[in-house]
Amino acid sequence: MTRNRPTLAGLMAGAAMALVAAAPAFAQDGPIRIGVLEDQSGDFAAATMVKVHAIELAAKEINDAGGIDGRPVELVIYDTQSDNRRYQEFMRRVLQADNVDVVFAGFSSASREAYRPIVNQFDGLAFYNNQYEGGVCDNNMIVTGAVPEQQFSTLIPWMMEEYGPNVYTLAADYNFGQISAEWVRQIVEENGGTMVGEEFIPLGVSQFGQTIQNIQATEADFVVTLLVGAAQASYYEQAASANVSLPMASSVNVGQGYEHKRFTPPSLANMYVTTNYIEEIDTPASNDFVERFRAMFPDEPYINQEAANSYIAMNLYKQMVERAGTTDHDAIRSVLAEGDVCFEGPSGNVCLDPKSQHMSHTIYLAKVNDDHSISFPKVWDDIKPYWLGDAGCDLTQNDPSAQYTPSAPPPAQ
Amino acid sequence: MDLLQNVFAMLYQFGDTFAFLVISCAGLAVIFGMMGVINLAHGEFIMCGAYVTASAARAGLPLPVAILTGALVAGAVGMLVERMVIRHLYHRPLDSIIATWGISLIATQGVLIVLGSTMQGIGTPLGSIEVGSRSYSLYRLVLMVCALGLLGGLYLLFYHSRFGVIARATIQKPHMAHALGVNTGRMYGLTFGLGAALAGLAGGLYAPTMTMVPTMGATFIVESFVTVVVGGADIFVGAAPAAAILALIKAGLTAWYGQLFGQIGLLVTVILVIRILPGGLSGWLKGTTR
Repeated sequence: MTRNRPTLAGLMAGAAMALVAAAPAFAQDGPIRIGVLEDQSGDFAAATMVKVHAIELAAKEINDAGGIDGRPVELVIYDTQSDNRRYQEFMRRVLQADNVDVVFAGFSSASREAYRPIVNQFDGLAFYNNQYEGGVCDNNMIVTGAVPEQQFSTLIPWMMEEYGPNVYTLAADYNFGQISAEWVRQIVEENGGTMVGEEFIPLGVSQFGQTIQNIQATEADFVVTLLVGAAQASYYEQAASANVSLPMASSVNVGQGYEHKRFTPPSLANMYVTTNYIEEIDTPASNDFVERFRAMFPDEPYINQEAANSYIAMNLYKQMVERAGTTDHDAIRSVLAEGDVCFEGPSGNVCLDPKSQHMSHTIYLAKVNDDHSISFPKVWDDIKPYWLGDAGCDLTQNDPSAQYTPSAPPPAQ
Repeated sequence: MDLLQNVFAMLYQFGDTFAFLVISCAGLAVIFGMMGVINLAHGEFIMCGAYVTASAARAGLPLPVAILTGALVAGAVGMLVERMVIRHLYHRPLDSIIATWGISLIATQGVLIVLGSTMQGIGTPLGSIEVGSRSYSLYRLVLMVCALGLLGGLYLLFYHSRFGVIARATIQKPHMAHALGVNTGRMYGLTFGLGAALAGLAGGLYAPTMTMVPTMGATFIVESFVTVVVGGADIFVGAAPAAAILALIKAGLTAWYGQLFGQIGLLVTVILVIRILPGGLSGWLKGTTR
């Protein structure tokens, strides 16, 4: 396991590697190289350091058990610094110079859309292990994170039944927030509710005085918070100190940025989050995962859903390579197309869907209590990522390499 | 009653934005206005103040004392940075921009490596008050009072104290001040330290309301630079009225069209001011009174 840093020596080694790897026989016999592009510094680091650690844990466990198909796993790790341009730079580097077999990359949807064309250009294979706004129909991507039909189709109707039909959405102003808000809007309307307000907040904004007042001016029954990044997380503290005591619903908080651990109670009280994993989940598999994680990384502040997704993704990749007998991407995809690539992991049983190359999840409804402890009022088993397949995306037939939304679905065949 | 409630809401938003602009730009304005140094590490002095405040508050100090500790530590760090780096770059403004930017990168990354990616917050004190059907954070009203107090305090310091007279003399005619026996090097050091301490104070005051991360200083940067650019070199004739005007623009646009337009409004104002009043408000005001 090596940890590469951008040095001249590294560059030269990479260039040499590329030359050597031109001979195909070499690539088959050496270690399996896995590129890891995650934010270890910058605005998103709080939520993403743990993903790198989860991949390191999985790599260690795989190597201790004899590697993938007898070949050791070697990680090529770069810090993408919460910067979309770094993603593009490093994606080119891992695919061209480091010649990796697969890449695990990306936190924000903006970063994913920044690197995805490069993965397509070099016909690479990338795992995106983040919950996101859904809709990516691309043969070169495998997505293990939860999507809106898994997080919102469960959360929003439950919240409306519990608290009332008037919904206010507060979302980060980029592709993730905009498309997620569109999902919320649609689900609220389908269930006979009303959007009483919707506001998009530019990334990096940290002062919410006016926004808080706008929310108070409406008759909202609960607020859907789709805020992203450390700066926007200041909202909860400011809303709590202005005594906005509305319940909150989210697909990104707690399960990603562990705000309930970072903020003083009760600023996050009464927040409901649908997540496919958080460390508080009290099952034998989850407790075992937390124990192994903390044994390797004792100081890990929080093990979030992305950590579990990254860990699961490593094991799914191992399974697919072993079943295909090669790291060749077409062979891996034909294994995936068999429709029975499943893994019994920390979050329960999960399976990859051949049509969309997304993953099924057990969805936990996590409620933040007044003292910021977590309870789980409801669990939905085996929620499938059905929307893309239903809408007409079928990667076993053709590869549009596009991202679709409810208002811009795949074109009819 | 409804009218009263709306008027209070508007005043509150205006005051809230005004306080944020004044408090976050004071340190930058002092260092730029008095010394001509564009301090790109401003945000990191704010972060320093916030981190020290949070640590001190969690160690058991009462919040006001913790905030002062944060300001003092940031000031001490500022004087150290001035002695080691800035001092050698007084006649090279472009180089000092690069140097302070480098300091800011080192500080952000250093804190990330040493203290990790987040720090637990300390929670906003004082609770909320009800006005009509809406509730407001009391602490943010305190921040508005602090902003006014800060302006008053700086005015007294610069115009009614021995330090202020000597500092202004040093800035306006360094050679003459030097000839009259002023230790100009020490004055520069103290002024930079004061600017850093004001940045630390900003961090301390806003620490209870924000997420504590190494990059938190960056969220103050746009607002503080915009205020200083619009205001020009003088903090009283420039930055204070600039903060008032910008607060009006930002609070108004945010209320009507949302946060995005509030940000756009700020930046458009800067572009217009740079085009029409290159010396900023203070340059223009001083020019017309001359």
